[in-house]
Amino acid sequence: MESTELVVNGKAHKLEADSRVTLLDALRNHLGLTGTKKGCDHGQCGACTVIVEGRRVNSCLTLACMHDGDEITTIEGIGQPYNLSALQSAFVAHDGFQCGYCTPGQICSATAMIEEARAGWPSFVSDDLDGPAELSDEEISERMSGNLCRCAAYPNIVNAIRQAAGEQS
Amino acid sequence: MKPFEYAKATAHADATAQAANNATFIAGGTNLLDLMKLEVMAPGKLVDINRLDLSEISQTDDGGLRIGALVTNSDCAADKRIRDDYPVLSRAILAGASGQLRNKATTGGNLCQRTRCYYFYDTAMPCNKREPGSGCQAMEGFNRIHAILGASDACIATYPGDMAVAMTALHAQVEIEDKSGDIRHVPVREFHLLPGDHPEKDNILEPGDLITAVILPPPVEGKQIYQKVRDRASYAFALCSVAAIVKMDGDTIASVALAFGGLAHKPWCDEAVEELLVGQQPSAELFGKAADLLLAEAQGYGSNDFKVPLTRRVLISVLKKATQTGAAS
Ligand SMILES: Cc1cc2nc3c(=O)[nH]c(=O)nc-3n(C[C@H](O)[C@H](O)[C@H](O)COP(=O)(O)OP(=O)(O)OC[C@H]3O[C@@H](n4cnc5c(N)ncnc54)[C@H](O)[C@@H]3O)c2cc1C
Ligand code: SF4
Ligand code: FES
Ligand code: FES
Repeated sequence: MESTELVVNGKAHKLEADSRVTLLDALRNHLGLTGTKKGCDHGQCGACTVIVEGRRVNSCLTLACMHDGDEITTIEGIGQPYNLSALQSAFVAHDGFQCGYCTPGQICSATAMIEEARAGWPSFVSDDLDGPAELSDEEISERMSGNLCRCAAYPNIVNAIRQAAGEQS
Repeated sequence: MKPFEYAKATAHADATAQAANNATFIAGGTNLLDLMKLEVMAPGKLVDINRLDLSEISQTDDGGLRIGALVTNSDCAADKRIRDDYPVLSRAILAGASGQLRNKATTGGNLCQRTRCYYFYDTAMPCNKREPGSGCQAMEGFNRIHAILGASDACIATYPGDMAVAMTALHAQVEIEDKSGDIRHVPVREFHLLPGDHPEKDNILEPGDLITAVILPPPVEGKQIYQKVRDRASYAFALCSVAAIVKMDGDTIASVALAFGGLAHKPWCDEAVEELLVGQQPSAELFGKAADLLLAEAQGYGSNDFKVPLTRRVLISVLKKATQTGAAS
């Protein structure tokens, strides 16, 4: 058993769990935060995306015990039904989902992705590695390629992200 | 996943001592945990090296860069010095995996990532890499993603990564600290092994060896290109990739460094091909000869036969782009 302290959405939690417990299972099964979803459990779909120390990561491919003391933001920390983030509102406005299973991962991922672009990080499709990183549709698709949507709501997801990124800049 | 003991390394010596004693390092965990979930790998003990002081990119005395083993792929690709002076490396890293994975994946872990051969991943199947002596199911099975160069009768798997392909073209060195604290440097070109009779061994690391950094030589002049061909536009491994650094002198090729991904058990390089190109004027005939030489011993195994003409075309197109004078890189 490993003891780990996770600071999730600003609140510290003590976790006593087997070393095998992934961050994803810790959030869902131990802390009851079921907003974060398990799709593939192998880093291939992005449904489990959360923000750890400011960076989006796949919570299925990391162990909870590797994150002692880390600050973690899950979808529950990004907004609540009557207090949506700009990006969440944009997903509603643009119909950026159908079944909704991939949506928490899409929103956590896009929230951090907008910050990456703002920090000037280039992407595979950037003509110039030295930016500025403008979030065109092509850039959004490339930067969000780690989040699959089996309902293929992609065009509306891109529209939602473009709108939210534009409003915030 | 099989149960394992977990420890956080506090210092290099602590990490290497534990690893020499049968423990496995975990860095980003994005490859190791994937394989542990499937029980393709089942280490009895994990040593978490994430708290070691290996997360810096610093200047070397000769004007190159030292990339710490724990620098994430994201930080490496976005580093201003790498974007400006080693764009082939930024581009190769950005061509791999996803934003989320690159935030976790480390320089050391990326070098050591294991093959994506389907049978290696499937513990119900024979595989000499996973279980030496059991056979190779890929040889006569589905081998679309497999090697066309340097394979053996024991294994036709490929090294799947992108980052190391660029590092191969850049003549980078891997810095390794062993269990007695000694540090050695191995060219990336010699880090990965061909499968031969021992496909279970991917690279030259011995038990206890800790990768501490990758060292880039001083920046070289010339156009730098990373071209990756894959089954979808993003978030897929390379079927074939080419890293090229080409310097022109007027209308002749002054220097060339080439490396290839997705073709072999290691990032492939062929100095004879580089020599053939140097001092020549670019032409379709010259590029065709370079491709002939590169692929002289290429062999397909059925579903990967297409990689031979594909590689030929990708190489020719990259050389065309790289030798065009005037245009920016
Ligand atoms: C869905 C998916 C898609 C991907 N697509 C691509 C792609 O297109 N291109 C690409 O290049 N990669 C791709 N990857 C692979 C990814 O790049 C690797 O998983 C990652 O780079 C591994 O780094 P890590 O730090 O997470 O390694 P870990 O999983 O922590 O470790 C991997 C191995 O390296 C060893 N190790 C780690 N650090 C050290 C060290 N300092 N010294 C000695 N040994 C060490 C570990 O013991 C382990 O055996 C993909 C992965 C996934 C899951
Ligand atoms: S190609 Fe190599 S990794 Fe794949 S089944 Fe054969 S021995 Fe195993
Ligand atoms: S559940 Fe983590 S990437 Fe699919
Ligand atoms: S909305 Fe159903 S998977 Fe994306």
